[in-house]
Amino acid sequence: MTATATFEKDRRDRGGPTRPVRHGSMSRDRKRALFWSYFFLILFVIFFLTPPIYMFITSLKSSTEIAGATNPWWVFDPTLANYEALLTSSEFLTFILNSAMVSVLVVSITMVVSVMAAFALSRMRFWGSATLATGIFLCYLIPETLLFIPLFKMFAVVNEFTGIQLLNKWYVLVLVYPTLTVPFCTWIMIGYFASIPKELDEAALIDGATYLQTLTKIFIPVALPGIIAATIFAFTVSWAQFLYPLAFTTSSDQLVLPVGIVTTLIKGDVYNWGQIMTGALIAAAPPLVIYAFLMDYYIAGLTAGATKG
Amino acid sequence: MSQVTLHKVVKNYDETPAVRGIDLDIADKEFVVLVGPSGCGKSTTLRMIAGLEDITDGEIVIGGDVVNDVPPKDRDIAMVFQNYALYPHMTVFENMSFGLRLKRVPKDEIRQRVESAARILDISELLDRKPKQLSGGQRQRVAMGRAIVRDPKVFLFDEPLSNLDAKLRVQMRTEIKKVHQKVRTTTVYVTHDQVEAMTLADRVVVMNAGLIEQVGTPNELYHHPRTRFVAGFIGSPAMNFVPCRLEEASGALRILLPGGHAFPVPAERTERYRRHAGSADLVFGLRPEHVTETHRNVEPNQEAFEVTLEVTEPMGMETLVYFQLDGAEVCGRVNPAAGAEAGQPMTLLADLNHMHLIDGTSGLVL
Repeated sequence: MTATATFEKDRRDRGGPTRPVRHGSMSRDRKRALFWSYFFLILFVIFFLTPPIYMFITSLKSSTEIAGATNPWWVFDPTLANYEALLTSSEFLTFILNSAMVSVLVVSITMVVSVMAAFALSRMRFWGSATLATGIFLCYLIPETLLFIPLFKMFAVVNEFTGIQLLNKWYVLVLVYPTLTVPFCTWIMIGYFASIPKELDEAALIDGATYLQTLTKIFIPVALPGIIAATIFAFTVSWAQFLYPLAFTTSSDQLVLPVGIVTTLIKGDVYNWGQIMTGALIAAAPPLVIYAFLMDYYIAGLTAGATKG
Repeated sequence: MSQVTLHKVVKNYDETPAVRGIDLDIADKEFVVLVGPSGCGKSTTLRMIAGLEDITDGEIVIGGDVVNDVPPKDRDIAMVFQNYALYPHMTVFENMSFGLRLKRVPKDEIRQRVESAARILDISELLDRKPKQLSGGQRQRVAMGRAIVRDPKVFLFDEPLSNLDAKLRVQMRTEIKKVHQKVRTTTVYVTHDQVEAMTLADRVVVMNAGLIEQVGTPNELYHHPRTRFVAGFIGSPAMNFVPCRLEEASGALRILLPGGHAFPVPAERTERYRRHAGSADLVFGLRPEHVTETHRNVEPNQEAFEVTLEVTEPMGMETLVYFQLDGAEVCGRVNPAAGAEAGQPMTLLADLNHMHLIDGTSGLVL
């Protein structure tokens, strides 16, 4: 028997195929799929990166250069004057401070409320809990463009009866933003908690944990990826919120960043494009940094195995 | 002392009954296995003992105290779940010590108890790992460790081996038995696998449709099943059942199958069966191990008969043969050397010393 024949027989004895094997039958399909994936990915990247790049280029130009009929995609005479002007303006720094305080407070309130609400709705079975959960989601479907009018009216009524003026105060935004963030974050957390196996809280229950201990020692650590996702959402919403601050705050020491940039840098029909772009770029930085840091953690959390082997 | 007593325990989910009034006494240090098909109420019973389900009616007593309204943490029990239910963000040490930490047990004692439990289960070197770094078998050990550490009155196991592959399951089965021999604690163990039930239990509780069919030692259940359900559930392959009639001729009884096959009833059973003579609503039961190939020295009460084999399953140490006997599918276990071949006729031997006769209506073994 030749060596090849021995090999062939050996292969058959091990349960191998009896015909010669063709390799790589999938490769042509895969190549085509890869080509189109990259094609569309590149298309999306161009589409979404063009505006920030344009903002960045414009922020490095002087007003003269912006007004001049030069190539808008190239900086001939770069300057940091716009950055300098904004970062030394006490008004602009107030906007940043207001935005930061509002966002941090809103995120904290939102997370405390929605995590506790989601735990109660998903784990403590009580009468009407399922209806309540759906109701919370329905709240999210009401757009802020509809909500701000009744809210405005409520502020007026509060003022009428108690004499407390709620308009034109930055901290009132802290009360108003959760109407947008809490329903959605609660919904995310209900979904996330639902993915935690029931046996985990039963084990904790037998181990002697109270509901609060089960929440703080088991659910919050296990649901950290979900909590981070909800936090990112709440922060993005409150940082970028435009309509509420535009409606509820007016004097420049109470404004937050998005409204502040628009109201102070556009005077009548004079648009200070250089500073507007610079302001927008600075305003976009914190969410970007937060995404960059938390994404790694977020993905690491998602890949962790929970119960089964 | 930690006996567990169930007294007329009922559980209804809305209007659907899950457990329909069961009585059970579990002695101190006893290993009791609840076994039955899915939906028979065995898991619900265990969860009621744990306190994870309210009971609709009846009484559960652990160590002398009625615990109907006692929350799980105060029942002094520990439970091992099918999917392990380890806390994924904690190390093995933290998982095992979680209950003790909640009870504010001193740190030194916690360490000592965790380490001694880890030694029993051979997981000392895993204490710093997270659950996701462990294999299925190791996770199940940790889950058992978490139970042992708390030194409870009662261990509750809810199908702990069902998530493991076949080989590991056998290994862990032995492991659980060893652990119970070392840590003698009252144990209630739920499984749907009758082999697990037979091998582990001091006493097996066979449940069906929310009721207890029979309670007994593994051998009692195997040799003296009280109902057709138990007879069919315990033993693998399952007992053969063929509808039959009982006839009396000149003082001796014989079993008559619908297709004309007849088997004599052993003389010592004549008295027991006599009053059912003439009844047509009976079922003849014989385990596959009592249907074998013929051999030279046929003993009394062994009856030869000829069949055509339909399927043969070589298992190595024996060959399972399947054939039709008067309209019923019957399985036998023959010596691999007996030359059983599908499609071929074969003479087999029924050992009637081990026969069962079952009332077709009540399902009771006569």
